[in-house]
Amino acid sequence: MSKNNGEYLIIRNDNKYEVIIGLEVHAQVLSESKLFSTSSTKFGSEPNTQVSLVDAAFPGMLPVINEHCIKQAVKTGIGLKAKINKRSIFDRKNYFYADLPQGYQISQYKNPIVGEGSVTLDMPNGEKNIGIERLHLEQDAGKSIHDIDPQNTLVDLNRSGVALMEIVSKPDLRSLDEVNAYIKKLRAIMRYLGTCDGNMQEGSLRADVNVSVRKKGDKKLGTRCEIKNVNSIKFMQMAIDFEANRQVDVIEEGGSIDQETRLFDTKKNETRSMRSKEDAHDYRYFPDPDLLPLELNDNYIDQIKKDIPELPDEKKKRFIEKFKLSPYEANKLVSDIEISKYFEEVSKNSDVKLATNWITGELFALLNEKNIEITESPISSKNLSKLINLIKDGTISGKIAKSVFEIMRDGDKDPITIVEEKGLKQQSDPKELENLINKVIAENPKNVEAYKSGKDKLFGFFVGQVMKNSNGKANPKLVNKILKKKLN
Amino acid sequence: MSNITDLKLVELVDKIKKKELSSTEVTIAFIERSKKSKKLNAYISENYENSIKKAKIFDQKPDFKKKLPGIPIAVKDLFCTKNIRTTAGSKILENFVPTYESTVTQNILDEGGIIIGKLNCDEFAMGSSNETSYFGNVQNPISENLVPGGSSGGSSSALAAKLTPATIGTDTGGSIRQPASFTGTVGLKPTYGSCSRYGIVAFASSLDQAGPMTHDVKDCSLMLEIMSNYDTKDSTSVEFKRENYLNNLNENIKGKKIGIPKEYRVDGMPKEIDELWEKGIKIIKENGGEIVEISLPNTNYALPTYYIVAPAEASSNLARYDGVKYGFRSKGENLIDMYEKTRSEGFGDEVKRRIMIGTYVLSSGYYDAYYLKAQKVRRLIKNDFDEAYKKVDAILTPSTPSSAFKIGEKLNDPVSMYLNDIFTVPINLAGLPAISIPAGHDKKGYPLGLQVIGKAFDEQSILNIAFALEKNISFKNNITDWWIK
Repeated sequence: MSKNNGEYLIIRNDNKYEVIIGLEVHAQVLSESKLFSTSSTKFGSEPNTQVSLVDAAFPGMLPVINEHCIKQAVKTGIGLKAKINKRSIFDRKNYFYADLPQGYQISQYKNPIVGEGSVTLDMPNGEKNIGIERLHLEQDAGKSIHDIDPQNTLVDLNRSGVALMEIVSKPDLRSLDEVNAYIKKLRAIMRYLGTCDGNMQEGSLRADVNVSVRKKGDKKLGTRCEIKNVNSIKFMQMAIDFEANRQVDVIEEGGSIDQETRLFDTKKNETRSMRSKEDAHDYRYFPDPDLLPLELNDNYIDQIKKDIPELPDEKKKRFIEKFKLSPYEANKLVSDIEISKYFEEVSKNSDVKLATNWITGELFALLNEKNIEITESPISSKNLSKLINLIKDGTISGKIAKSVFEIMRDGDKDPITIVEEKGLKQQSDPKELENLINKVIAENPKNVEAYKSGKDKLFGFFVGQVMKNSNGKANPKLVNKILKKKLN
Repeated sequence: MSNITDLKLVELVDKIKKKELSSTEVTIAFIERSKKSKKLNAYISENYENSIKKAKIFDQKPDFKKKLPGIPIAVKDLFCTKNIRTTAGSKILENFVPTYESTVTQNILDEGGIIIGKLNCDEFAMGSSNETSYFGNVQNPISENLVPGGSSGGSSSALAAKLTPATIGTDTGGSIRQPASFTGTVGLKPTYGSCSRYGIVAFASSLDQAGPMTHDVKDCSLMLEIMSNYDTKDSTSVEFKRENYLNNLNENIKGKKIGIPKEYRVDGMPKEIDELWEKGIKIIKENGGEIVEISLPNTNYALPTYYIVAPAEASSNLARYDGVKYGFRSKGENLIDMYEKTRSEGFGDEVKRRIMIGTYVLSSGYYDAYYLKAQKVRRLIKNDFDEAYKKVDAILTPSTPSSAFKIGEKLNDPVSMYLNDIFTVPINLAGLPAISIPAGHDKKGYPLGLQVIGKAFDEQSILNIAFALEKNISFKNNITDWWIK
């Protein structure tokens, strides 16, 4: 693998291979109840406690569409700048499995609710658009658990019937970095819209990854392999890297790629063949006769459009224009809705530049160190803006602010109180500062001599001494000013 | 006074309301007769003791505003009934007891009805003679060893034998109308979307429709009124103004235009059936109705279309019977083996035949040629009716191409069995309402029926036309109680 100019190429015997990646992301719709039943979708409940007769496919039970899920899909479609299909159809995808109670999954096959759209990625060498092929709604299956009972497989149907959006990208992704950026952007958009919580640990976001390779310059796509159900960005990248290299090896050895479905083994870091094209299931898709075609009118779609919040791309643009942030800073601040909310709360009441620096600097470092989300930040936006104001109005120096921040992180204490209690207020009284300075000058006659004879560099020494003697509280600006006057 | 069980539904309701009879008396009378009629094998499950208790409770505090005040009713075993075993005539559900009630049976309960038992039917409603039931053949009370029709064969038999004053069936391709015709009773398949499918074991979802089976058109109107409602639990349920069918019932058909489709004059149809049809035409004319020759050109394709669409949906609908969650399970070496054994042993031959047909027509490579083509033809068949209804108010045809046949006669000839539904199947494909009423006998003395087909959601018109025909035909069923000895 080589990376130059952001290009991801695999080089073997002087042949350069390009890697073509497409993703089918399964995003769990944020909804209280399931796609076709009223059971709860809450994560982590006791097995089989959120299962209705419909979810367990009892005789005579019928699916009834959950309108909220439709709305969520339309919202997401709008967020993906995609065509909303006014008529879509639910189909049955037939196959037998123990955790699929109906013996079919209700999905959308030929007529999805959302058509073509696109997602813009901010890559180091500029923006890149990734095409969206479609978005459709479908039911999740239950969960088979093979490792509790030595004899039997246990089935938990809590997830059975939960609404998923399958978002299919075009084969436009070309590198691991783009995959990373794409998933993050998709997740950001859905979190802004409130249509998916994007929680990868809880399985709210999973992906099937399609990978093919071709010699650089070739126009025709190579034969692809699909890697099923990968549930983290890291694993996606590992799986793609392994799979692309495997395909290149096969081609370099004179072989050809078989279209097949593969599994990624996270322990061995390799993909393995699951089934070939010949063994592919015949799902016998046909329109579900229990459900009528879904028809949306313009009014319905317009109403949803009205409620679409500002999305990352627009927010970024606004931050750059209004707050004069750099694109890099703006990207960081809009990357997640909660971060952008936090930033807007802080900057509403304090200096934008300082807010940007403190959030992307100190706060992000703290969150990283603790491995927590901004919603769990030990420092509230209110207190951070107070801290920034203390710097801005000269009450404390930036340096003191850092030590105040260190105290704040252990309990979200009001910085004003901290400054008062610890007596950290900056000394800005010229009289007091003059006294301090006089003392330093008196104690270092040799250095004064040296400075006056031309050793300009010693100025810093005097400032340092004054600061030290003031326990860092002296207002550095004023110290500079008075010192200069005294020494010259 | 005549026997309680000889009374019709509306008469019983009337007598209970007038306190001439109690619910307990009526319930016991039908249960006693049912007990003496085991030879018919009409019941799969009996709910006798519980029903008598319920009748007594009703009598203690009778509510005469109900439309079925303490009336005992046995229902087809395709309706899920809370705490009463529901088998769909299959081994795979032999011991299945629902914890929920179908909407249609709930409607009956809500109007004061008492469910005294579950009636035999073809397995998963797949059959035209009740011979595919895991629980055995049902006898037609008309004559020994005669099929009662199917799939609602237990229902038609129990009704004709007066084991229940009325009953309900389901009709996917004729499963109410054909057995009604075979037993000299009235059976109505409502417009698709009229009666909720919630809680009915599904056969072919786009065709299945519940409907009443009764002794006469009045009873039928009352039952339809009770059964039909808009139900949000069924996405295909339709919100339309449901009539007060019984109150609105009248035999005035003056000026009504009745279509006679020439394509229904099939080759080799018994002479009696032609004569019966002529009789119906004559009555309509005599009562001021106008007869209009119409054409339903795609009629010939209805049966093959049906035998693609229905099995396709069934193959998917029956996938849930896999031994994992409920019902019969056979031990297997692994999951696939368990599936294979469970379904091989749990389903009968006809069900397996249709699952295989359905799986085949949906398979990739065949889907376009079969399923998709069938859907297109289905649309054409519906268009035929739409065209016809520009000229007529209703359509009159025979219900079946023959009278009831002997048990075993057609069992090994599925195609000949399927041909039985030739006049009923197109109506399901078009989603229209149709009623079969008894109109005469063939030379063997077996009943024959006429079918009146209506416009969508215009059940009232076909009830009225059937009512007029009924009055003028004055059909009488010759039932000798041969099975009670």
